[in-house]
Amino acid sequence: MKDISLPISAGDIRELKVGDPVKLSGTILTGRDAVHKWMIDTFIHPSREPQGDDQQVYDAIHPILDQGAIYHCGPVVAGLDDGDYRFVAAGPTTSIREEPYQADVMRHFHLRAVIGKGGMGAKTLNACREVPAVYLHAIGGAASLIAQSVRKVICVYKLDFGVPEAMWVIEVEGFPAVVTMDAHGGSLHAEVQELSARKLDELLQA
Amino acid sequence: MQDLRKAFLELIRRTSTDLPPDVQNSLEAAREVEATGSAAQGALITILENVDLARENATPICQDTGTPIFTVHHPAGWSTRELRAQIEEAIALATSKSYLRPNAVDAISGVNSGNNLGDSAFPTIHFEEVEGETLTVDLILKGGGCENVGAQYSLPDSRLGAGRDLEGVRKVVLDAVQKAQGKGCAPGVLGIAIGGDRGSSYAASKEVLLRPMTDENPDPELAALEHTLYTQANQLGIGPMGFGGQTTVLGVKVKGMHRLPASYFVSISYMCWAHRRRRMTLTGGKVTYS
Repeated sequence: MKDISLPISAGDIRELKVGDPVKLSGTILTGRDAVHKWMIDTFIHPSREPQGDDQQVYDAIHPILDQGAIYHCGPVVAGLDDGDYRFVAAGPTTSIREEPYQADVMRHFHLRAVIGKGGMGAKTLNACREVPAVYLHAIGGAASLIAQSVRKVICVYKLDFGVPEAMWVIEVEGFPAVVTMDAHGGSLHAEVQELSARKLDELLQA
Repeated sequence: MQDLRKAFLELIRRTSTDLPPDVQNSLEAAREVEATGSAAQGALITILENVDLARENATPICQDTGTPIFTVHHPAGWSTRELRAQIEEAIALATSKSYLRPNAVDAISGVNSGNNLGDSAFPTIHFEEVEGETLTVDLILKGGGCENVGAQYSLPDSRLGAGRDLEGVRKVVLDAVQKAQGKGCAPGVLGIAIGGDRGSSYAASKEVLLRPMTDENPDPELAALEHTLYTQANQLGIGPMGFGGQTTVLGVKVKGMHRLPASYFVSISYMCWAHRRRRMTLTGGKVTYS
C-alpha cells in the first residue's frame, strides 16, 4: 500500500505502476460529464463565452487541479437544506464517458491523477505518459465505505448542474484505489480487454 | 385506500441500503474463489465491507441509486393512480433523507428535478391486477453504469455468426459481456429476454432480475443455457471491476417470449454487483419485507 498526498510531483507519479494499491490524501475535485464538457467548451477549446460565474469558478478550481486529482463521482450529499454538506455515499462513476475530453483536461490543468472506475482508453493513456499522470481505479459501488474517507466537504461549484454533476471540493484521507493505468504506458484495462477478446473468439467458435 | 407512504419509504430505504442476502452470499462465494491477495479478491473484500457498512449506517450501498423500477401486483379495486401518487411522495421523501440521490434529469433542458420525480417513466412503475387480497410491490434500483452496458441484438447477427436459435443467443450474450468489461460494475447479474418486440424484450430482461440468485429455471432447456452462459461468461477472465479474475458474472436469468415471425431479439440487462431489489407484501393490513 502506497500513501499519496496531493499535490504530487511528476517524479512521484512515475514511481507508481499498474497494480499498486494506494491510499490518497489531500484536496480533490469531483467532476463528471457536465463538468468535462463545460471545461472543454468554455476554456480549453472555447466554443462559448464564459457566462455568469464561469471565470470565477475556473480561477478557483485551477489551483486545486494543478498537480492534483479529479474524481469521477456523483455523490449522495446530506445537508443540502442548510449548506452543512456531508458526503453520505461517494463511489466512482464509469470513466469512459469522459474519454473524448479527459486527455485535454489533463494537459490543460497538469492533472496528476484521474480517479474513477472501468478504466479509460488510448487517448487518456497517452496523456498519462505525457503529463505525467495515473488513472486510479476506485471500487465501483463501494460508496458508503469511500464516503468515510471524505473528511470534509470544503465547498461546491456549479450546484446548478445538479448534485451528481456539480464540482465538490473535498478533503480526503486514506481514499482507497488501485493504479490501473500508469505513466509508462501500462494499462490493466487494455490487458484484460485483449485477453477476454481472445477468449471470446475461442468460445464463439466452440 | 390505505396510506402506504411510510411503507413505501421503508421499502426504498431497505432497497438502497440493505443488499439482499442471496446476492451477498454470491459475493462471499466469489471472494473465496479469487486468488488470495489478487486485485480481484481485494475488490470483493472492499465490496463486502461496504455492504456491511451501508446496512449498519442505513446509507446507500452505491451513490448511483439508479432508476427506481417498481412492479406492483394489486388486488381488484385498488386505484393505481392513488398508488402512483403515494409511491412518488415516498420517492421524494427518500431523496430528502439521502436514501436516494436526485437522479431525474430532463433530457432536453438538462435540469435535474432534485427530487427524483420526472415524467411517467421516472420512477418506472408497472401495475398488474392479481387474484386474491395480497398486494406485493417489488423494487429494483438500477444504476446508470450497468444500464449503459445493456445491449439488444437482432438475430441473425452475421458478425458473430449468431443464428436464430439458442446457440445464437449464447454467442450474442457472451459478446455483450465481453464488451461490458468491468464498466457495469462486475461481477454482474445478467437478465436476458429472447423474443418480444424491442420494448417488451428490454422490459422482460429487467423483470427476470427479480428471480432469486439460486433458483433453477423451470424450463430445462433454458436452465441448461443459464448454466452454460454462467460458466462461459466467467471464462472470459474479466473479473471483479474488470481487474481480471474468475468472477465476471454472479448469475444468469433467461426468459423466452413470443415474437413476430420476422423478429428475433435478444435483450440483455446487466445488473451490477449491487443488485438492489426488495419486496414489500401487504396482507390483512400488515406489511412485511423480504
